[in-house]
Amino acid sequence: MLSTFPLLPAGPAVTARVRHAEPVMGTVVSFDVPAAAVVGGSLEAAVRWLHWVDRIFSPYRPDSDVSLLAAAEVTVDGCAPEVAEVISACTAVRLCSGGYFTAAPGGVFDPSGYVKGWAVERAAAILSAAGSTNHLVNGGGDVQCAGGRPRGNLVPANARGWQGPPRPSGSPGPSGFAASGASGASAASGASAASSGEEPWRVGIADPFHRGGLALVVEAVGSAVATSGTAERGAHIIDPHLGGPAGGLASLTVVGPSLALADAYATAAFAMGPIRARAWTESLPGYEAYAITEDGDTWQTTGFGPHIAPA
Amino acid sequence: MRRVLVAVVVTVAGLVALLSFKTHMNSSERTVGSPSSVPPLLAGEHALTGRAVRTVYGPVQVRVVERSRTIVGVNILQHPAETTMDIQIGQFAFPRLVGETLAAQSARIDSVSGATYTSNGYISSLQSALDNRA
Repeated sequence: MLSTFPLLPAGPAVTARVRHAEPVMGTVVSFDVPAAAVVGGSLEAAVRWLHWVDRIFSPYRPDSDVSLLAAAEVTVDGCAPEVAEVISACTAVRLCSGGYFTAAPGGVFDPSGYVKGWAVERAAAILSAAGSTNHLVNGGGDVQCAGGRPRGNLVPANARGWQGPPRPSGSPGPSGFAASGASGASAASGASAASSGEEPWRVGIADPFHRGGLALVVEAVGSAVATSGTAERGAHIIDPHLGGPAGGLASLTVVGPSLALADAYATAAFAMGPIRARAWTESLPGYEAYAITEDGDTWQTTGFGPHIAPA
Repeated sequence: MRRVLVAVVVTVAGLVALLSFKTHMNSSERTVGSPSSVPPLLAGEHALTGRAVRTVYGPVQVRVVERSRTIVGVNILQHPAETTMDIQIGQFAFPRLVGETLAAQSARIDSVSGATYTSNGYISSLQSALDNRA
């Protein structure tokens, strides 16, 4: 898989940005990183992390920790420590969403609704820990940014988006669910950096009724954008209280510092349907939501407006 | 602009490859379709025509039209058109591709958030077009 990494041109003029698309976890994870992340190996480390998560958490692999746990062939103690971490995070979101988010959507243990966003957020954190201050990771339509987008397409690789070697206190990869907090910290530093040679990342929100079209564009600096909907894979989100497909919404987008939480919140809110979702997302501190209903109506939480890119 | 052209050609070739289920003959023997008319340029518009790129399925050539440094049009000048399948692919894929290119350029976006796509869905997604743009 790593042989597909783009080759860098030789010589002093190095292309500042590299895009890489990695098929993993049943989807494709897209990276927009400083070229130094390729040279320094942190892009490769982030990709390796995603494949490791796939091996441990995929419900489609009979030998994954999640499959063995669902079949009661192992206990949580016999799994990778990240499994317990994900379970406790899922429990927290289940409680705060009134049971609309669950790690057992069909009655069987399957934390996939949390794992992808969490894994992508930590892939972004791996790049941050190695020194990158400007990157974007998109996991199948859920986006985690660090900093803003450097202005211009070509700048010397060392001039922007790189802070040098890892900080001594930083672990090689983020450890623990506290990685979400690390993203929050990068959001703060990213906001200040936005005034010096950066502009916000522009993230298009897919139009659920017109494939390839956009409903609107949001601006993100060091933050996450997650969207739940039926446009790509049909009605796959279950209302756990009804036991059937969730109805009423075509797409629901959540923005906030952590992709793990934004993604889980978007899934829970989608399952709630438009009325309940609006009141619930309005109550979430630090997170804002934008929804498109099956009828094509839209609504947004009161704090969402500043995230919308000017036309 | 030139990189956009290359990206468009690559994406066209990818779409053709993706959607073509039939084993094709040697590309040098293939017939080529071209649109009956290419829209004329309006005042202030410039066109950049890419060279024809030979793909496994036949030659592909595109023209990009820009106005004030913004892409306002993409014309498919040549595409594989030997079989009914080729023509159906063209009718399906090229309008979508052109629309996606224009959407990506006009909105100047870096990434797309939407319902989770599968590995197969990614190939024809706007995100895929963006990943191939740089």
